Amino acid sequence: EDLRVDGRGCEDYRCAEVETDVVSNTSGSARVKLGHTDILVGIKAEMGTPKLEKPDEGYLEFFVDCSANATPEFEGRGGEELGTELANTLYRVFSSESSVDLKSLCINPREHCWVLYVDVLLLECGGNLLDAISIAVKAALFNTRIPKVRVLEDEEGSKEIELSDDPYDCIRLNVDDVPCIVTLSKIGYRHVVDATLQEEACSLASLLISVTSKGALTSMKKVGRGSLDPESIFEMMETGKRVGKSLHIALQKILDEEESLGTSRQKVGFLG
Amino acid sequence: MAAITMRLPVARKAVGPSTARGGEKHLVAPGDTITTDTGYMRGHGTYVEEEKLIASVAGAVERVNKLVCVKALKTRYNGEVGDIVVGRITEVQQKRWKVETNSRLDSVLLLSSMNLPGGELRRRSAEDELAMRDYLQEGDLISAEVQSVFSDGAVSLHTRSLKYGKLGQGVLVQVSPSLVKRQKTHFHDLPCGASVILGNNGFIWIYPTPEHKDEEAGGFTTNLEPVPLSDREVISRLRNCVVALVTQQLMLFDTSILYCYEASLPHQIKDILKPEVMEEIVLETRQRLLDLEG
Repeated sequence: EDLRVDGRGCEDYRCAEVETDVVSNTSGSARVKLGHTDILVGIKAEMGTPKLEKPDEGYLEFFVDCSANATPEFEGRGGEELGTELANTLYRVFSSESSVDLKSLCINPREHCWVLYVDVLLLECGGNLLDAISIAVKAALFNTRIPKVRVLEDEEGSKEIELSDDPYDCIRLNVDDVPCIVTLSKIGYRHVVDATLQEEACSLASLLISVTSKGALTSMKKVGRGSLDPESIFEMMETGKRVGKSLHIALQKILDEEESLGTSRQKVGFLG
Repeated sequence: MAAITMRLPVARKAVGPSTARGGEKHLVAPGDTITTDTGYMRGHGTYVEEEKLIASVAGAVERVNKLVCVKALKTRYNGEVGDIVVGRITEVQQKRWKVETNSRLDSVLLLSSMNLPGGELRRRSAEDELAMRDYLQEGDLISAEVQSVFSDGAVSLHTRSLKYGKLGQGVLVQVSPSLVKRQKTHFHDLPCGASVILGNNGFIWIYPTPEHKDEEAGGFTTNLEPVPLSDREVISRLRNCVVALVTQQLMLFDTSILYCYEASLPHQIKDILKPEVMEEIVLETRQRLLDLEG
């Protein structure tokens, strides 16, 4: 029997609302509302020096801020622990080399590269944070516009970086391989996708898997106090891959739809 | 097959005030001046500053002769004698249980106010105190009635009737206490096949109608048999209807829940929570309720 408290099946997501380009002074931003969970992601592209072990690649830096508006438990420093845990999970999910084309973020090997600072803000906690965060990060990366730069060589050999004058002359990132996280919570003998707060309170163990649009798994993590049977882990992985693929298809469809509306789109933002 | 719907956000339309029944309500926000007339006594939710009466909460102004008070729209539950509440046990203390009822202070259920199993009437002994945990543990849900209110606002409950007691399998929905209409009875058996308890504190309990009414025994034995799928569908649909009514700020009482249930039948249960379906159902419910009134 496939019936949850709110009438959904075990593999159904709540209705999600996605909007990009909500914060004007970022390179890319997105807001995702999944039921009562509200996430805002802003991406800033800044110039920095590449890491020593990867001299011809740029990199991503994640930071998760749990706003005190989300729950009273996040007042003061209460949300820091959760924030660092979520940020570490994001680092792990994006640690795979094929997720984002980091070589395109390089300007000058060993000297200059683009660093993408991804800032996640939790506005409201309604269960299933990581799924919503990963959807928002993918939408924000799709929306990111990095200005095109040219490197000019001086006679003495010193390099100058010139920013193009046209504000619309920018490079977009390819988000086809960006993974999305699917959290599967085990409740009783079954597992469910997109758990609400009450369902999360009832589940003792969950499996977090990150899936790309082609169905490839990039990382897996088990959370919770309870234990998982190896067989149920296999089942959950299969479910996760299936659900992940449909999630990507739905998300890409909505992002393309939004893109096609162009500049005449009415931005709803926060006061809509 | 997973059903994942994503959509672009749509700006919310301002819902116009429903056709006024009996005059406009004077709505205020904190800081709004209610009146500059000094002849009024100030009640709850107001304060005086510079000879002006100012509201301290967001709500509707109520005037009784010379007393002006503001009844807040979203508050914690304020207990009144005779209210039915649904609460969760948080602590088991020496001769009482502490119950969480969405009010400012935890409510109290004294051992002497509790019905013993089988409906016996006797003096509570030391053994009863030690066996308190057998009756109600932390985390249990109970339905009870307010016996009295202490001076600090804490509420004292009693379950001195066979219809109150521990609640078994069902679904709890938490809403604002101001949305539950005061009625003669709060225990309803809906014709669609489920029963509902509308707690005055905003806790709504939806459960499958028990077949044998006389097997209550004070309600301590929980029936843990699996609930059939048809009953669970009815309960899920009712739960979604209650959530829809609450989102659209409609008062909750048995007729409104029933009309909303009937209006939602053409839709699938999980679609009821979509914004446009919610608006449509609640509009239809509102229309039927207005037709009923006049």
